[in-house]
Amino acid sequence: MSEVMEGSHGVAHAVKLCKPDVLAMYPITPSTHIPEGLAQLIADGKMDTKFITVESEFSAMSACVGVSAAGSRAFTATSSQGLLLMTEVVYAAAGMRLPIVTVIVNRTISAPINIWNDHQDTFAERDSGWLQIYCETNQEALDTTIQAYKIAEDAGVLLPVFVCMDGFVLSHTYEPLEVPEQNEVDAFLPPYTPKHAFLDPNKPITQGPFAYPKPYAAMRKELSDAIMNSKTVVKKVHNEFAEKFGRAYGDGIIEEYKSDKPTVIVAMGSVCGTIKEVVDERDDIGLVRIRCYRPFPKEELVKALEGKENIIVFEKDVALGMASGALYHEIKSILAGKNVRINNVVGGLGGIDTTKKNISNFVDRMKDQNDKIEFLRGDPNE
Amino acid sequence: MNEPENELLAPGHRTCAGCGPAIAIRQMLRATGKNVVICEATGCMEVTSTAYPETSWKVPWIHVLFENVSSVASGVKEALIKQGKDDVKVIALAGDGGMVDIGFRALSGAMERGHDVLFLCYDNEAYMNTGVQRSGATPFGAATTTSPAGTEIAGKQEWKKNVPFIAVAHGLKYVATASIAYPEDFQAKIKKALSIKGPKYLHVHCPCPVGWGCDGAKTIKYAKAAVETGLWALYEIEEGKLKLNTKPSELKPAEEYLRGQRRFKHLKEEDIKKIEKHAKQRFDHLLELENSEISLLKVL
Repeated sequence: MSEVMEGSHGVAHAVKLCKPDVLAMYPITPSTHIPEGLAQLIADGKMDTKFITVESEFSAMSACVGVSAAGSRAFTATSSQGLLLMTEVVYAAAGMRLPIVTVIVNRTISAPINIWNDHQDTFAERDSGWLQIYCETNQEALDTTIQAYKIAEDAGVLLPVFVCMDGFVLSHTYEPLEVPEQNEVDAFLPPYTPKHAFLDPNKPITQGPFAYPKPYAAMRKELSDAIMNSKTVVKKVHNEFAEKFGRAYGDGIIEEYKSDKPTVIVAMGSVCGTIKEVVDERDDIGLVRIRCYRPFPKEELVKALEGKENIIVFEKDVALGMASGALYHEIKSILAGKNVRINNVVGGLGGIDTTKKNISNFVDRMKDQNDKIEFLRGDPNE
Repeated sequence: MNEPENELLAPGHRTCAGCGPAIAIRQMLRATGKNVVICEATGCMEVTSTAYPETSWKVPWIHVLFENVSSVASGVKEALIKQGKDDVKVIALAGDGGMVDIGFRALSGAMERGHDVLFLCYDNEAYMNTGVQRSGATPFGAATTTSPAGTEIAGKQEWKKNVPFIAVAHGLKYVATASIAYPEDFQAKIKKALSIKGPKYLHVHCPCPVGWGCDGAKTIKYAKAAVETGLWALYEIEEGKLKLNTKPSELKPAEEYLRGQRRFKHLKEEDIKKIEKHAKQRFDHLLELENSEISLLKVL
């Protein structure tokens, strides 16, 4: 059924279809409309879920850990400072192998305080052990939320997932969305039956123990292996979803858009829509969109970027102390030794618009350069 | 009293000799029985009782972080209710650091929301797990590694934070204090607390021989002396109405509790008098409150 709705409410409907047992949420711009939408669905009797109105994002994620460790399905959403505040719990949730799904409505981080979109909040959680999937459209955010539970709860994964959607650009934008039927989602996503996490007096277990160095190191290695192995599940779940619901996003890991050109842009999130328009308008560039950023799609990218002459990494984050974005260095590391020029645009920080003109201009400026790094300032003709 | 084989905290944990919190937890589990989930904050008892792959806990137990035990317990309880397991009791357990300082926001939020959880603070009056640093629950005059007794400043200069009364201010129907020197009283309070639906708060005083600098063979003696001198009072506040559970006809001199503890060794006669006067005044006020018709809930 197609319905015109806001991106945030699309996500709220996706969450409803996944039937989480407990929500623990705290409002923060621009993710606030998700808890508001869910609260309304519960208040109207359309959703049988307990909503814990916590006193902070720290407690939101903490309560989700409690819910998930007790063997139930948990959900939360946040942005920016809220995500930074819950960071300590974010790491613990991954270490405890709890399949929590969290939608991040990406917003920049302080200081100075600013409510608009970039990816610095989720980049701060890069190494936390959570999967990170970046959406280009509201439909993708809705669909990915449903996929995320199936990925997280897969017996071969058992890890939490961030579904990332750009603040305002997606979250506050109205457009027609396909909302799947409940029976279709039920057939796709079975109820969560935990085998590893429960708090049952008839079968007492200890969760979250203290570990000496050797078992600690072994568990971190297992965690590292688990998130790398999850890539096949991300792909499998995406493909199954595509087959059932008729919507696909590349191969689920990356999306190659007219990328059979010597020059390609590598980017993530909603800006890819703008980049695609530029790709359509000029026939000398292509796009490789990273959808699944963690685990990092090394093999997929190496293959997609094989034989390229110029790569421009466009990213909405800045690795302070490296004078560039973080993704740029990751792309360089996987292409080490290859004969390719790699440049970097740190764009969209604090919500500055990235225009088609900007994209065309930096392609023209950079395609014959190497190791050129530019920070966009927000001039539409820059 | 249960036989040792029925203990729900197995021996072999790594607490220090004479550990007050370990005694508190054994007593607690004797009162709870098996149908309980324990959520515990980072702290001495978590570190010493769960060194992977061993555990001393014969009931379901979860630890996540230092400052979020009350929020974790919120989630656990609501999930269990959703699973139809309303009968399983949930306890959020933390030391004074994890409960009244760094975990205070989470505690306040969880109490205000009204989850059916018992919030239980085992109070050994400093951050013992990190090597005896001052907490909000450290008593006036006590020397810790961050409130040392120096030539100019003689230990902690602030009085102990009164979290039981702050819990009452959240509208809780049952709030109580306890001591490991009075196990029947402590266990009766746990049972009563768990029989009441909604949030409840219990604060148990338990000496730490290492942190307090006292003989580990005399843990219970010090716990008892705290009550007999009025430096710790046993009471319960039901529906806002306070009742003292021990009423010595005369409080013993504070010296009987303070002397013998390294943390108070530096105190001068006048400091001891000041502490004694404070304890006496407080005890008198508690008595006055008990004898009045005042319900603390009615001022909320």
